[in-house]
Amino acid sequence: MTIRITRRATLLGGAGLAAGALAAPAVAQNTPIRLGGLTTLEGPFATGGQDAYRCVQMELERINHTVGGRRIEFIRESSNAQADVALARARKLVEQDNVDIILGPLSGAEGIALRDYSRTLTGKTIVNGSSGASDTTLRNPSPNFFRFSTDGTQWMAGLGKHVYQTMGIREVAVTAGDYAFPYAQVFGFNLEFCRLGGKVTHYWAPLGTTDFTSQIAQINRSNAGAVVVVHGGTDGLAFMTQYAQAGGNKPLVGGSIMADQTMLSARGPHRRVMVGMISGGPIADVIDDPTWNDFVARYRRRWANEGGFASPSIHAVNYSTNLYGILHALKEVNGDLSDNQAAFQRALAAAEITAPTGASVKLDHNRQAISDIFLNKIEERGNAAQVVAFDRARGINQTLGIPEARFLSLGSPSRDNPGCVATS
Amino acid sequence: MSLLGFAALLALPWLLPLVMPPGQAQFWTANILGRAIVFGIVAMSLTFLATYGGFISLAQMMIAGIAGYALAVCVDGAVPRIVGGFGYGAAIPLSLLAATAMGLLVGAISVRTRDIYLLMITLALAMGVFRFVETNIAWFNGYEGIRNVVGPTLFGFDFRNALVFYHVALATAALLYCGILYLVKTPFGLVLQGIRDNPRRVAALGYSVGLHRIAAFGVAGFIAGCGGVLSTIYNIGISPGTIGLGATVNVLIMSVIGGLGHPVGAFIGSLIFTVFDTFAASIYDRDRFNTLIGLVFLAIVLVSPDGAIGIGARIRRFLGAPRRSLQPASASSIRTAEEESP
Repeated sequence: MTIRITRRATLLGGAGLAAGALAAPAVAQNTPIRLGGLTTLEGPFATGGQDAYRCVQMELERINHTVGGRRIEFIRESSNAQADVALARARKLVEQDNVDIILGPLSGAEGIALRDYSRTLTGKTIVNGSSGASDTTLRNPSPNFFRFSTDGTQWMAGLGKHVYQTMGIREVAVTAGDYAFPYAQVFGFNLEFCRLGGKVTHYWAPLGTTDFTSQIAQINRSNAGAVVVVHGGTDGLAFMTQYAQAGGNKPLVGGSIMADQTMLSARGPHRRVMVGMISGGPIADVIDDPTWNDFVARYRRRWANEGGFASPSIHAVNYSTNLYGILHALKEVNGDLSDNQAAFQRALAAAEITAPTGASVKLDHNRQAISDIFLNKIEERGNAAQVVAFDRARGINQTLGIPEARFLSLGSPSRDNPGCVATS
Repeated sequence: MSLLGFAALLALPWLLPLVMPPGQAQFWTANILGRAIVFGIVAMSLTFLATYGGFISLAQMMIAGIAGYALAVCVDGAVPRIVGGFGYGAAIPLSLLAATAMGLLVGAISVRTRDIYLLMITLALAMGVFRFVETNIAWFNGYEGIRNVVGPTLFGFDFRNALVFYHVALATAALLYCGILYLVKTPFGLVLQGIRDNPRRVAALGYSVGLHRIAAFGVAGFIAGCGGVLSTIYNIGISPGTIGLGATVNVLIMSVIGGLGHPVGAFIGSLIFTVFDTFAASIYDRDRFNTLIGLVFLAIVLVSPDGAIGIGARIRRFLGAPRRSLQPASASSIRTAEEESP
């Protein structure tokens, strides 16, 4: 009996081996492409990270997880918005899970850490998720780090011009958080506003400030014709609430994370002053564009009953845009990642795609997106406040149209270098 | 016995490919074992203070960060360039000096506190430095930190090579480990253990309790500094997240699950921590994997209050094997030493 089983096993094994040998060439061609996802499912940006994965999953389901004749396997990892954690997870994705491409990360410092890591890799590609630090691609770019989303400075394109020319305001008060992201945003605003001759007074507050009353008193007494608010999250809410309570009535201009559903859906007196606020950024709730309307409709259908927002978040849109870049390039090369991904990376660099917002995207020589930025206004629609795009600045590059050498010589944005310089 | 273990650890990068695919073996060498050793060194600085001095300091990760930041600020090639101009040969000793000085400072500030108050004051110092580093642009480049600290080339070997990094980390850990075992047998170490058991008696014998405490924090600062330098090179730079509350608590967790009875516990704890930290997301729901990590740590601490080395000791006791005590030398041995010394 034992012998029979052994014999049968041998036969079966032999048949299996033969079948395996026959099938082997086909398997080699059809091994799935391994795409590693890295976002934050822990820490301060966890809700944004979850939403990013929602949209990545939705878009992969739409193409049935197949591109260029090859299946895509999506492997999810999570960090907590800290650079060293993101790096450890990226290493795990590359070395343990053996992914070909990483899509991520979400926040600025993580992006810079992964950019440095990508330089040590050969035959792997990292495509940004939603991180928006400008230095990731502007200074010391890495040949295998690609970013199809725009950065914090780009998001302010057109805003300074709008305030100076259309609103006719010559002097503004800028109140901003005292860390890297607001520096980049203030820099972008000032480049345009100061170049036109505008005058700016800055009020910095550390991240986590809850009492803005003295700042608001100074702003209300000043000659500023408008207030530019570049805070986010609870800081932004605190400023707006106190500004409304102090009877502030100057026109408001906001940074990209001020005009956001997390602010607008919170209850309180800030909603009264925020209606009419102008802001700039890569998305809005309402964009008059068929691509965007279709994307939002699909998002709502897919996720309405599974915890999705009323409208996709900024992180979800950035991850989707970068995913589109990857899918486009994979299609171009028919899923061919051989030769250390050389052809794939060339296709990425040459990719011209349309983002979920309808914005057209192409890359510059640093593999950084040149894309459209929306000018938005908060409007009361129905009984909810919504961010409505009313204008679009097309083809904004990372240096906002200033020659790159000149832009680099301006230095990195900081509180001592807020961009109020002559740029001609 | 321990020599054999060390030899096995040295040969591990060549033994691993025998039991797993080569790609995975390299991952384990650099990113599980290498990372565990680096964390283990920082955890060992805490274990050293806790085991032989009875001080639980939550500032050790911050002190490691001081070394990392000193290296990143001074060394050539870091982005952005803050001071620069130093090669690794000069910058690393400078960083260790900075960490030792910070250790002494923490020791001096907390010299009159014990127990929960010591915990609080070291935590406050750690968080103070963390917030300062996070908001200071001129020296520490704020939230984004300092990048591109790639490490030196050592005798023609590139530090970025996984094998080179692993062996340098292992050698550093072994030297520090032996250094601690030697130090606790010197008069200084014996006095330190005396302070742990009965500070008044030690003071009555004429020793300065305060100075010994501060010196012990200095030694722990040096050890943490070694870990900080290695971790900065491993991470190709440093940012405030490396020394934040999460990292501070992680080091405490490693020490506790490893066991505070002996310096080797730090490495066992950091290995368990690193393995779970890396693989929990693969074996459990990705959105909830921290729950698994928490449950494992809870289980270890519940089953064995003296950590993983306590579990080992229990098993051996259960099997009835005679063994040396892993418990640190107690007050009786210090008395013997006093009588022996001329």
